[in-house]
Amino acid sequence: MLKNVAVAAVAAAGLWASTASANDELIRLQRDPNQWVMPTGNYANHRYSELNQINRDNVKNLRPVWSFSTGVLRGHEGGPLVIGDVMYIHSPFPNRVFALDLKDPGRIIWRYEPTQDPSVIAVMCCDTVNRGVAYGNGLIILAQADATVVALDAKTGEERWKVKNGDPAKGETMTAAPMVFGDKVLVGISGGEFGVRGHVTAYNLRDGSMAWRAYSTGPDNEILVDPQKTTHLGQPIGPNSSLQSWQGDQWKIGGGTTWGWYSYDPELNLVYYGTGNPGTWNPTQRPGDNKWSMTIFARDADTGMARWVYQMTPHDEWDYDGVNEMILVDNIEVRGQRVPKALVHFDRNGFAYTLNRENGQLLLAEKYDPAVNWATHVDMQTGRPQVVAQYSTQQQGEDRNVQNICPAALGTKDQQPAAYSPRTRIFYVPTNHVCMDYEPFRVSYTAGQPYVGATLSMYPPQGEQNLGNFIAWDAGQGKIVWSKPERFSVWSGALATAGDIVFYGTLEGYLKAVDVRDGKELFSYRTPSGIIGNINTYTYNGKQYIGVLSGVGGWAGIGMAAGLQGETEGLGAVGAYRALSNYTQLGGTLTVFALPD
Amino acid sequence: MRLVLAAGVAAICLFTTVAAQQTSNSGTSEEKPYHVEDGKVDKSTYNGYRRYGDSCLRCHGPDGLGSSYAPNLVESLKRLSQDQFNEIVINGKNEVSTSQQLVMPSFGMVEDVVLYLGDIYAYLKARSDGALGRGRPRRLDN
Ligand code: HEC
Repeated sequence: MLKNVAVAAVAAAGLWASTASANDELIRLQRDPNQWVMPTGNYANHRYSELNQINRDNVKNLRPVWSFSTGVLRGHEGGPLVIGDVMYIHSPFPNRVFALDLKDPGRIIWRYEPTQDPSVIAVMCCDTVNRGVAYGNGLIILAQADATVVALDAKTGEERWKVKNGDPAKGETMTAAPMVFGDKVLVGISGGEFGVRGHVTAYNLRDGSMAWRAYSTGPDNEILVDPQKTTHLGQPIGPNSSLQSWQGDQWKIGGGTTWGWYSYDPELNLVYYGTGNPGTWNPTQRPGDNKWSMTIFARDADTGMARWVYQMTPHDEWDYDGVNEMILVDNIEVRGQRVPKALVHFDRNGFAYTLNRENGQLLLAEKYDPAVNWATHVDMQTGRPQVVAQYSTQQQGEDRNVQNICPAALGTKDQQPAAYSPRTRIFYVPTNHVCMDYEPFRVSYTAGQPYVGATLSMYPPQGEQNLGNFIAWDAGQGKIVWSKPERFSVWSGALATAGDIVFYGTLEGYLKAVDVRDGKELFSYRTPSGIIGNINTYTYNGKQYIGVLSGVGGWAGIGMAAGLQGETEGLGAVGAYRALSNYTQLGGTLTVFALPD
Repeated sequence: MRLVLAAGVAAICLFTTVAAQQTSNSGTSEEKPYHVEDGKVDKSTYNGYRRYGDSCLRCHGPDGLGSSYAPNLVESLKRLSQDQFNEIVINGKNEVSTSQQLVMPSFGMVEDVVLYLGDIYAYLKARSDGALGRGRPRRLDN
């Protein structure tokens, strides 16, 4: 009880005061396990909670205690925020935001629905998902589908400011959750399948004015790099690093969109994120390394200037976007060497990377699914993946169907974020176990039209049935600790807790809890629809709750609705068995769980 | 009225390819716009498969089988005539309400679709008639 009072006081003091430094407020709040103040759990993207009322011994007794419908049918990515006594949830297009009262569970304190031209739906690549709202300085920040950023009063839902971050007529849309740091909010842009030129932008929280914008491709002054000081694996990148890696003006439609997650190290004052695929999936059409697509960026939070970059997949040939979350961990042993400040990243390309996040030095790159076959390994000197000719859609050439490439374009993992437990020092990673055939062909660019140029078919690795695994990963050794097969890709974000359990959701709609030691399933409950959202935890009145949005869709909903094709013809029955539509239907619902009193 | 207009637009942008389409479709009968032999398909059906993958798959799913938010076209083509199909693809179709956000874009001005509408139809019709299985069809050597 005492603890409660203290929490409430912290919340009350921190929350509505419009102090000059939202930074200090959020740095403090993200450490409070009773709240869940940012989509990523904390700035380091741990998705970990110190709460342990729900633990390995009693999680089997977990039960739903209340639920809430968003009234929207399409794919629900992202997850709830909890700030003080209020929970904030969001929906895909039309991007509703609800402030829900935890004192009277599910009572709507306010709701907000922007007016958006529905034509934007047609230029969203893979469903109309949205990965959540951000909180800071008494504001709730929403990144709308139509590329408008709006700041709402967290208490009333009233609009405080609004700014246009892109043009849907050119295929520029927004799906990523913003991140508040200092007195700014960072947002990205989606549209990698429409030849959009990616950028991240920091807006001033005060009034929505632009503080800085950094493009992924183009001239040095627009990508905010210093040719001498910005480094790639310790070496200065030199002048015109991006321009030289493209033919002619192709960088203008070069992709490198920024639709994943952002993290922040307040001590180094650096923000971290990755960029997406280069424009057109047909590699032959865009010679060069296509910098800085598929790149991890470390940028100064005040100016946007890049400290270091690392391009994981130069000249992409498979759509292995580099946007997945950067998880910041301190003092880990990497192959016997202690690293005070590391960054761990599970890339779509099937490699898990451990880097020194102070200088961008590459420490480890290993496959986190044994099925990965497009590259043998990553050369630790150059940082380049060693591509296998048989699986190279560039070397095989246009109009050639390259078969059995693993992973598929979905990646060994897509944006669904992993969790890190500082107690076990292990990462818990939702993964896809899917391979593909890929046939690139020539396309022309038209503003606002898809700029894809490849046909794909996807299926499980040869001789296997499961399309996903939930794995535990040791980022110091580069090894899988355990792996739990799932019928479908695991498309939900994970949550690790001090109760020594990890939560994740499945496409059939199960919320599951497993033991951190061995992945043994301790709890499962079937929510109303498939889960592609991220799980959070918080307390109200001293009691621990688990919250999750279900609502199937997203890219997973395209590839799997009808089941993936078998690797051989005539797999009809198996194919049907695999069809997700036989397991779940659409519908956005929040479900909140707790132990019985 | 809308249809006529759309057809007009299509005709203008397509003028040059009508002839090409006719020839590439030759050898296939009126009600069967495709030619399938032992799982192998003619050029235009193959092209339809590829164009489908480029412009439609991201919503209608692999092999035309639908996604969580757009209909299964293998089923739709059992019901829709080729004219109805053309009308919908050229003009688009929306159902946006408080509970539905269905947007089928209009492709009337998109060359890569309008030029090959007959091919896309042939491919989907072959799938719908059960003449063609899932996945990438093999080409007849013609
Ligand atoms: C942005 C997503 C999207 C894309 C891309 C798309 N469609 Fe659609 N399509 C839809 C939706 C959603 C509907 C349902 C519309 C409704 O019911 O109002 C639909 C409906 C249709 C229908 C009518 C089906 C029926 O049962 O009435 C046809 C035919 C169709 N689409 C063909 C195509 C073709 C061919 C392409 C590619 C050239 C394509 N679509 C591309 C989303 C899409």
